[in-house]
Amino acid sequence: MARAAALLRIAAAGLLAAFLLMPQRFAPLFAPLTQYGAPPIYDQGNLLDLALAQLGTVCCAAFASTIVAVGLGILVTRKSGAEFLPLSRTLVSFGQTFPPVAVLAVAVPLVGFGEKPTLIALFTYGLLPIFENTIVGLQICPPALLEAASGMGMSARQRFLSVELPLAMPLILEGVRLSLVINVGTATIGSTVAAKGLGEVIIAGLLSNNDAFILQGGLVTGLMAILLYDAISAVERRICRTARVD
Amino acid sequence: MISIENLSKQYGATTVVDAVSLAIERDSITVIVGTSGSGKSTLLRMINRLVEPTHGRVLIDGKDTAGEPAHLLRRRIGYALQGHGLFPHRTVAENIATVPRLLGWSKQRIGARVDELLTAFQMEAGEFRQKFPHQLSGGQQQRVGVARALAAEPSVLLMDEPFGALDPIIRAKAQEDLLAIQRRFGTTIVLVTHDMEEAFRLGKRVAVMSHGRVLQYDPPAMLLTRPADPLVARLTGIAHPALRLLSLMTAGEAAVPGASPGPTVAAAASLRDVLSELLWRGADSAAVVDADGRPCGCLTIEAILARGRAS
Repeated sequence: MARAAALLRIAAAGLLAAFLLMPQRFAPLFAPLTQYGAPPIYDQGNLLDLALAQLGTVCCAAFASTIVAVGLGILVTRKSGAEFLPLSRTLVSFGQTFPPVAVLAVAVPLVGFGEKPTLIALFTYGLLPIFENTIVGLQICPPALLEAASGMGMSARQRFLSVELPLAMPLILEGVRLSLVINVGTATIGSTVAAKGLGEVIIAGLLSNNDAFILQGGLVTGLMAILLYDAISAVERRICRTARVD
Repeated sequence: MISIENLSKQYGATTVVDAVSLAIERDSITVIVGTSGSGKSTLLRMINRLVEPTHGRVLIDGKDTAGEPAHLLRRRIGYALQGHGLFPHRTVAENIATVPRLLGWSKQRIGARVDELLTAFQMEAGEFRQKFPHQLSGGQQQRVGVARALAAEPSVLLMDEPFGALDPIIRAKAQEDLLAIQRRFGTTIVLVTHDMEEAFRLGKRVAVMSHGRVLQYDPPAMLLTRPADPLVARLTGIAHPALRLLSLMTAGEAAVPGASPGPTVAAAASLRDVLSELLWRGADSAAVVDADGRPCGCLTIEAILARGRAS
């Protein structure tokens, strides 16, 4: 079963790589979706460049979200920061419920067109899963372990770095993974404000009534999300193979 | 030696530990026993300052423990708690190495100490070093917990209900191991339990606590024969006080010179076990032999019965 899943993943990665590197080879597959001799493969830009640009934007945003959300999560689970928990929660939830399109609309007048508004939208959209998982991960640490750590003579800082954080790591990574996967899809809307990405392909398809373009943009985005999900799961398993609390 | 002087802990208006003074002998096991809510765990935690006392002080070898940062004090004092508290993300070796690492021991020294302790607890070092806590049985986890507490060669070991989560058979074995470990390393052990049997079995002296106060602090036999308080008598003598008293003495201690045609018993066996053996076999006396099988006297049933009387 696990073996079949691994094979499927390798096949998906191979397919994605093949399509991005030599898209013209796949032209016959997409040709039936086109009308009046329109090009079956997106020809106004390099698909590989677009995919990498989108991935880059998502990763930058996720990196910033992770730093802020994990930092905030740590702060509000300390005794000294506990009173900020309700406020932080409200702010972060607001970031998630405010539609990314609306963030773009607000951000463009402030920072202009291009990557920046997209980064802002993805950053705010990606905070919540990481923040909530960080809090839960830190809060479920068994009290007996905390007492053991203190009883052995660890300082508060040592206890945090060598017991609390490693035990919360599986959940924190889970949050990062969720956030990343959601944002790979969400990032396509960045193309409406001239950020480089696969949204361009989808929008071009919509404008010229070319279903092949829409399908290409969607499929590449979807495959990237799935493969990213798997890749982080693998990292997670590797790091956390042992961090089991029973 | 640990002297606890006039130690109190209050949480708001509630007094959990009320002006307790105890002198704990070095190189022996002292047990603090009491019902839940008697303040015994709080008293123990004030020794390593996991709980800061409201009044009073604790001296270890004449030095006030309040005089140094709490986390440094705790590195010198072993601490084993109920449910062992092993770090699930660390191997057995890493768990045991916790305090030596904090103290900055060299790698070789830590490795040697881990192996020594695993061997002392009858766990094959090569097999167990790299295992994770969830791969161990309950009894093994408990032993690793105690090994971890002993890793940095502390002169004092505090144990909070260390055997509470074990089933009766493993528990008896763990108690035996603890006695052997205490003899081997000569550690001063303070152990908290709610189990009177355990207190009698392990404690050289036992402090009985109730409602934050120590009702009596004496060797087990004294608690049985001269209870200082009706509550002590109730706690210690619920069932078979005479048999309990007999279980505190060994055949070796009670034997008198001479030979006996009756069954052979080991010098280390308790008088309770010898009595049971004699009743079962219908014999009047037993021959006592030491650990090497050499005869070291005899023991009559009358002599055993005489030792079971309250006065």
